[in-house]
Amino acid sequence: MINPNEDGNDEMETKTTPSSLSDVANATKARKQPGSGALGVGLEARGIHAWFGDKLVLRDISLDFWSGTVTALIGPSGCGKSTFIRTLNRMHEFIPGAAMAGEVLLNGQDIYEQGTDVTKIRLKVGMVFQKPNPFPSMTIADNVLAGLKLAQLKTENKDDLLEECLERAGLWNEVKDRLNAYGGSLSGGQQQRLCIARSLAVRPEVLLMDEPCSALDPGSTLKIEETIQHLSSSMTIIIVTHNMQQAARVSDYTGFFLSDGGPGELVEVGPTSEIFSRPKDTRTENYVTGRFG
Amino acid sequence: MSTVTVPKVKPTRPWKRTPKQQALMAANLLISAVVSYFVVLATPMKGKLAYLAIFFIAVIAINFAESYFKSGLAAAKDSIATSFAAAGLIIAVVPIFSILFTIFDRGRAGLNFNLFLHDMKSNGPNDPLGQGGLLHALVGSGIMVGIALLISLPIGILTAIYLTEIKGIYSRPIKFLVQAMSGVPSIVAGLFILSAIVFPITKSSSGLMGGLALSILMIPTIARTSEEVLLLIPNDLREAGVALGGTQWRTISLIVVPAAKSGLITATILGLARVAGETAPLVLVSGGGDAVNPNPFHAPMGSLPFYIWKGFTYGTPESIARSWAGIFVLLSLIFLLFIAARTLSGSGAKK
Repeated sequence: MINPNEDGNDEMETKTTPSSLSDVANATKARKQPGSGALGVGLEARGIHAWFGDKLVLRDISLDFWSGTVTALIGPSGCGKSTFIRTLNRMHEFIPGAAMAGEVLLNGQDIYEQGTDVTKIRLKVGMVFQKPNPFPSMTIADNVLAGLKLAQLKTENKDDLLEECLERAGLWNEVKDRLNAYGGSLSGGQQQRLCIARSLAVRPEVLLMDEPCSALDPGSTLKIEETIQHLSSSMTIIIVTHNMQQAARVSDYTGFFLSDGGPGELVEVGPTSEIFSRPKDTRTENYVTGRFG
Repeated sequence: MSTVTVPKVKPTRPWKRTPKQQALMAANLLISAVVSYFVVLATPMKGKLAYLAIFFIAVIAINFAESYFKSGLAAAKDSIATSFAAAGLIIAVVPIFSILFTIFDRGRAGLNFNLFLHDMKSNGPNDPLGQGGLLHALVGSGIMVGIALLISLPIGILTAIYLTEIKGIYSRPIKFLVQAMSGVPSIVAGLFILSAIVFPITKSSSGLMGGLALSILMIPTIARTSEEVLLLIPNDLREAGVALGGTQWRTISLIVVPAAKSGLITATILGLARVAGETAPLVLVSGGGDAVNPNPFHAPMGSLPFYIWKGFTYGTPESIARSWAGIFVLLSLIFLLFIAARTLSGSGAKK
């Protein structure tokens, strides 16, 4: 949902008119209160620590994500936002030397418990990456349905699922006539929406997005933000972004991460409108008003 | 289209040599040739090599002088470096073309269509060139390289997958071993099969033994090339596959290997080309043989390198001509394999 009065994506805006950000946030985010949109499921992080080798990069992050909400994680580069969301679907363990502590509860069940089928966790907690990464050996249709093949899921009607996922990702109209073209033939923004469609096909409850628009032009960014808005009614979305206007536009809640040279910590979290208009912590205020970071 | 007339601008390439500069270069080459002619005439030096050496020195000296007077010492040094690089290129390329030309020139005499229809079972080394052929060698090479491929392809690619995807605790020593193995002299592979299988078990040479020996040489080639190909696949794709709920094995087989397909085919063809010309191990364990033998489990089996080697050992003019023809055929096959590898890897890169 984009406020038509919001003028442009220019980062400079944040420096001069911090109030315009909070206006947007107020106007679009008043619709939800913590817990009100709950569908009975959710994701909770409890005391997450993360290490790379001996280096502690995240300290004691506890954060709840209600179903049907969009949570934006903001903060300067290197403060551990991406590391944090990668602990939420157990992608963190793919980095050599990685270690973690804490619990991630999905519907009350710790995903790090011994004996958990990690592939089932990743089916429920999907992920969209920073750089669009469609599978190069597959067509557009095969890309969308790749998750079914990978996880060996059955579906009754592949064509319906294909159309539904591309529709939800806002890509159907652009690709419906060339579903058998290779994914690599699409533009960057289309590729990213294809990746979103691909994540949707396995029907995740949570979608993690790691700076999904940082490699895209403003037009594509806008489309992806619209997609996020559409999706947020039916799933939990957690988005890492460097673009504070984007956080203000798409999210219900915002968490601010910061690292002062040491491990990254969660400085403040709250409804997006409050983070941008009345942050409790001066560091948050400095960051969202563009005074540092 | 707009109706505004645009002044005609001719495209130019100011960074290219002007005709005047080209003439200067040609003059340089000409003067160098004349100088080298007279120097060889006036001194006791003799032969093509002397001409060539003095020609190079003259070209470099004239280039140096020209650059020095025109643009100073830095440019002159630059021109020397360029000249040496060009000389190195020529020194490297001349022998290659010389070899290719020799093979074509000598192989021509023995080439005829009968080569591909007959074997040597009823022909001796003194028979005229039109009789007999190398069908048995072609069939044997095909079978033995095929056996080697059947063994090496899965082992080589699985090794590469272990090294790049699974990254188990043994990957370092295995990587080291694979690299060391690719430097193993081919006769060692033959000796290994000879002492490990032929002497203690089968007690006779056969095509299978030849294939086994070749696979020892082929596995490291395929494993190393495949490893490099798999390393080029962006990590994003692996993460995306796993994030969609795929197990590691399904991600590798459905995403990573298909993405690397053209590169893996190239790796395979390079492995084939590597072993197709191996002679030493086949001399030891395949037994040679002059008749077409399609059974790799029984009786000696011929091969192209063996055919070439045997022809030269007979020493008659006819058998030597046959060997040159065999070299020509073998080289053409390897050349075709390399072209196939280039074409396939090229078509993969476009996507």
